[in-house]
Amino acid sequence: MAAETNSISGLLTDAVKRHIPGATGIADLRRLSGGASQEIWSFDATTEAGMIPLILRRAPGGFRDTGRSGTAVTLETEAKLISLAEEVGVPVPPVRYVLTEADGIGQGFIMDRIPGETLARKILRDEEFANARPKLARQCGEVLAKLHTVEKSKLPPLRIASGRDEVEQYFKTYKELDYPHPVFELAFRWLKDNAPPGEMELTLVHGDFRNGNLMIGPDGLRAVLDWEIAHVGDPMADLSWICINPWRFGNIDMPVGGFGTREDLFAGYEAAGGGKVDPAHVKFWEVLGTLKWGVMCMGMASAFLQGDRSVERATIGRRSSETEVDLMRLLAPLTGRE
Amino acid sequence: MQDQPSAVELIEAVTEFIRNHATPQLQGHTAFHARVAANALDIVKRELEVGPAANAGEAARLKALLGMDGSLDELNRELCRRIEAGEVGLHTPALEEHLWQTTLTKLAIDQPNYSGYRRALEESGKD
Repeated sequence: MAAETNSISGLLTDAVKRHIPGATGIADLRRLSGGASQEIWSFDATTEAGMIPLILRRAPGGFRDTGRSGTAVTLETEAKLISLAEEVGVPVPPVRYVLTEADGIGQGFIMDRIPGETLARKILRDEEFANARPKLARQCGEVLAKLHTVEKSKLPPLRIASGRDEVEQYFKTYKELDYPHPVFELAFRWLKDNAPPGEMELTLVHGDFRNGNLMIGPDGLRAVLDWEIAHVGDPMADLSWICINPWRFGNIDMPVGGFGTREDLFAGYEAAGGGKVDPAHVKFWEVLGTLKWGVMCMGMASAFLQGDRSVERATIGRRSSETEVDLMRLLAPLTGRE
Repeated sequence: MQDQPSAVELIEAVTEFIRNHATPQLQGHTAFHARVAANALDIVKRELEVGPAANAGEAARLKALLGMDGSLDELNRELCRRIEAGEVGLHTPALEEHLWQTTLTKLAIDQPNYSGYRRALEESGKD
């Protein structure tokens, strides 16, 4: 990791000096833990007036493999979306600079480093966030309502996927993985029979709005991060994804991210101009979101069997059964409605 | 008949070694993966204990439900085909019962602490 830091330190210093007004250099460059699809670096730009806390989001080794899932946007697009979201009042880390080829450190961008916490375990349990927790679901609704108002004519080219498209896409992936899951078949069948009407208006959708991608402070929601799989789709997808059981981290009775109620989420959404929320429509997306996670777990098992011998991958493969129990509780509840 | 200790007992000993003796000596990513490895062995142990009877029960239910014979894999593939075709579904009470039993057993092996499973057990009156 030290060698890796040295390899970008010089070029990053040059880029920062050229493009961040007042910057004289950089300090405290560190690679933060991040997904396989991105590198996240923390550093400070030094100026005569003091330090500017910054983040570099960069493709692994400098270049994003867009073939990874076929759904990730380029880092340039991600930077553009963050700026568009900022314009409509979504809390985001402002983008300071988008790297160009001339900088020589690959694709990526520099944005502000917002202080706060993304780890659900801490947000849901620590005293520090006790005052934030009751406010979060409503704030999430308000922020999503704004996010969904970004003018479509301003958007960079994005994947367009309605609910029906996503059901088809994941059904195809499921069939290709070729392992029988009767509960998944039942869920696919239910989704095909209960798809929302085709004429519904599609908007910018964040696509991964959940614990882990939300920067939370003691005062509440501070920033929406990780716009990597943003696309044009059904806005209800964003309201339901944060409600699927895996994102509740054990707080099963707090459907919104383990911290709040659907009533608060929907009230915030409607109050901020997001339009009337139909709980049945959100349920469609909750079933689809749960099923998507289940199919992703199958994908992990498949990758393991094809030679990626990570024990972690193998055990995630055995977590598709978690989504099966969630799907059964949604589709064939043992008691009255949840 | 195999000699003692049993497969389950061997796995218990290895899991305990990884969790209580090896992991504390490790750091960072390696420590994390050691914990994951111990969790994987827990799954194997539970599958050894619960799996044979559970699979036999699942096969018996599937044969009755589908009116045919076959391996567990063949029976599950046929069930999937019929669900996809809409020949059986949520309107088929025996299907719902079968899927609940099968799902609860899978969770008892894979992830008995999962919140959705704990809640389903309460709701089914089995806990």
